Amino acid sequence: MVKVALIQYPGSNCDLDALEILRDVVKARTDLVWHKDLAHDDYDAYVLPGGFSYGDYLRAGAIAATSPSLKIVKEAADGGKPVLGICNGFQILVEAGLLPGAVLRNSTLRFACTWTRLRVETTRTPFTSKAEKGQVLEIPIAHNEGRYYLDKEKIPELERNQQIVFRYVSEEDQPTEEANPNGSIDNIAGICNQNGNVMGLMPHPERASLPMMSPDNQTDGRVIFDSMMRTLRGSEA
Amino acid sequence: MTPGSYVVEVIVENKPLARDPEGETIHQNLILKGGYKQVTSVRAGKLLRMNVEASSPEDARAIVRKLSDDLRIYNPAAHTIQIRIVG
Repeated sequence: MVKVALIQYPGSNCDLDALEILRDVVKARTDLVWHKDLAHDDYDAYVLPGGFSYGDYLRAGAIAATSPSLKIVKEAADGGKPVLGICNGFQILVEAGLLPGAVLRNSTLRFACTWTRLRVETTRTPFTSKAEKGQVLEIPIAHNEGRYYLDKEKIPELERNQQIVFRYVSEEDQPTEEANPNGSIDNIAGICNQNGNVMGLMPHPERASLPMMSPDNQTDGRVIFDSMMRTLRGSEA
Repeated sequence: MTPGSYVVEVIVENKPLARDPEGETIHQNLILKGGYKQVTSVRAGKLLRMNVEASSPEDARAIVRKLSDDLRIYNPAAHTIQIRIVG
């Protein structure tokens, strides 16, 4: 049976939400693992949850990125295993160099806590394989440092490599300035590495995976976890 | 070459092309509103001041340069740093 590690850092606070979705909703055997206790690559997939690791001092994710757990996560990522970073988990993956770019303070200088519309830009990742390209998911954000940044001239390469996974879009499904909650370059909400097996996103799919958690009873976030489970079960078969 | 304790400052700021909304807000909503039209731009950043035991000021600077790169005191995708000896 496939086994998922959900890694806790000092300050993680969305770990139990993600645990509930992984264990009870998509039925993944999941261990909550303290980051210092992750000594071997014994799992089939890794999830880095949201929160505020080490108080977000220096930069969000910068100190957690030096945790020994990241050596194991890198090893797993190099071996092609799925690695998912949500919010602070995304920031940690960026700071650890598993994903390109940087995640800076919101351009509004305000903590943004709102529902967003995310357009699926690629289905090639293990986290979007059950979605459709162009499909729009309603998933909330909650962050102060969510402005994805990469030098403008590097964006076409990211696009060519199909590394842009989600964009914030309007009601008309367009990546407009109004739909961009934090000033991310090119409305980018989530990206993956070149192989596609490491993905990070600022929105919280674990907060949109049960009907009672969303205003209109939708469960759009589930497709990310369902996709991951299909990938894992497929590799198990 | 004077061995001793040096005060080294590291200034981290966004690259020129990465917008700095904090600096822009301080400029627009405080400095320009306050009538200081002579100020044409503001960049906000982060200052780390370190006491470093080293054999010389150059050595202190080199140590801080190395740790800034090794431990990613800044994220080179978005930031620049300046290192200066202040004491």
